[in-house]
Amino acid sequence: MLTTYTNEVTVMSTTYALQDSERGYIEYTDKKRHLWMSSLALPLFPVLGIALYFAFDSQWMLVIPLLFNYLVIPFLDYALGADENNPPEEIVPQLEQDTYYRVLTWLTVPMHFIVLIAIAWFVGTQDLTLWSVIVLALTAGSYSGLGINTAHELGHKKPELERFLAKIVLAVPAYGHFCIEHNRGHHRDVATPEDPASSRMGESIYKFVLREIPGAARRGWEVEKERLARLGKSEWSVHNDILQSYAISAVLQGGLIIAFGWIMIPFLAIHNFFAWFQLTSANYIEHYGLLRQKEANGRYERCQPHHSWNANYIFSNILLFHLERHSDHHANPTRRYQSLRNFDDIPQLPNGYYGMYILAYIPWLWYRVMDKRVLALPHINGDLSKVNVDPDKRDEIFARFGEGKQAALV
Amino acid sequence: MGKYRCPGCEYTYDEALGDDHEGYPPGTTFESLPEDFTCPDCAVRYKEDFEPLED
Repeated sequence: MLTTYTNEVTVMSTTYALQDSERGYIEYTDKKRHLWMSSLALPLFPVLGIALYFAFDSQWMLVIPLLFNYLVIPFLDYALGADENNPPEEIVPQLEQDTYYRVLTWLTVPMHFIVLIAIAWFVGTQDLTLWSVIVLALTAGSYSGLGINTAHELGHKKPELERFLAKIVLAVPAYGHFCIEHNRGHHRDVATPEDPASSRMGESIYKFVLREIPGAARRGWEVEKERLARLGKSEWSVHNDILQSYAISAVLQGGLIIAFGWIMIPFLAIHNFFAWFQLTSANYIEHYGLLRQKEANGRYERCQPHHSWNANYIFSNILLFHLERHSDHHANPTRRYQSLRNFDDIPQLPNGYYGMYILAYIPWLWYRVMDKRVLALPHINGDLSKVNVDPDKRDEIFARFGEGKQAALV
Repeated sequence: MGKYRCPGCEYTYDEALGDDHEGYPPGTTFESLPEDFTCPDCAVRYKEDFEPLED
């Protein structure tokens, strides 16, 4: 039995300790504790371009936040490297109970509303070129994509308040079905051919997005419809959690159209799509080619750590609430971000998520980097029957890598 | 009336209480839950993975 817990809070870190009956005294200092506060500074990035536009009177300044996303973040992942912090399993319950971490996720929720409204105001009131409007819509969409990430963190938690906040923040990118579809659909079906949110080897992100976005919407709606049917309620009622979130979206985005005119229609369309596409990008890289095996009873084996790709880079993990420690997330979906752990010998991506997104957007380069990594995983070891292969590319991939044989891993 | 716990995330299905949000009224036995029931909180564990709890 555990005997003592201690919890020493200092200025820069908190040390958690306990006396374990088997392993003795265990101590862990969370050196990232205060780095997580960066989530509160992130709204500055989407509006940074606007501030620089006023300072230098040049529309070129508006592109800086996107350059930061796709050039600076991948470089910092490369330069700052792996995250050495890894809490021992025994310490996880103490980290989970520390309310500091969860308050940070709550505080990001209103910021997503403020940033969208601020950028919409700018687009609606300034004389801008078409290109500037597109860049601003993409920038706003990118930050609202982080809103889906916040909803992901909150929506997995058990307290009602956090599930409620998830529904609220999903209204910003108009993606209210996400938490239901993700928690009850993706986590059940992950790394199987049935999952529209798990990508297949040989499937480009441009093909994947056409399967993922509609497939997720359909699955989310089906799951909610079944729940409401058990309750004897219609899916077209105020009890529908998806419709509640969509209703907030309608008020928010309808209000922006009324306030700032017709320019909001293309602006919001691009914003919404690009926010969804952030999720598509994450889904694309998180389970590419990975496949759970079917057991004798017809069920798929339980999701194992080798069914997710991970990226243990400190910089982008701080931006994404540890989303990149993805194997532990699928093993323990209700576990809070601060407690997610890295493991040796799990599938690892060669850069953080933002760097991998760029590769994904250039399919031939993605295949070149990733296909050999899929086949080199110890549980696959060149055996294509253990890979989730795009049926349309099956002949081509089997011809290239050899059926059931050890592939030439060059 | 018994209780059944998800071994992954400790969600507990209490037959006496059912699960209002999921649409299982109080008194719904664990046995009568659908065969494709997965844990409402983590969705990682299937019905047959649930462990009966001793009172």
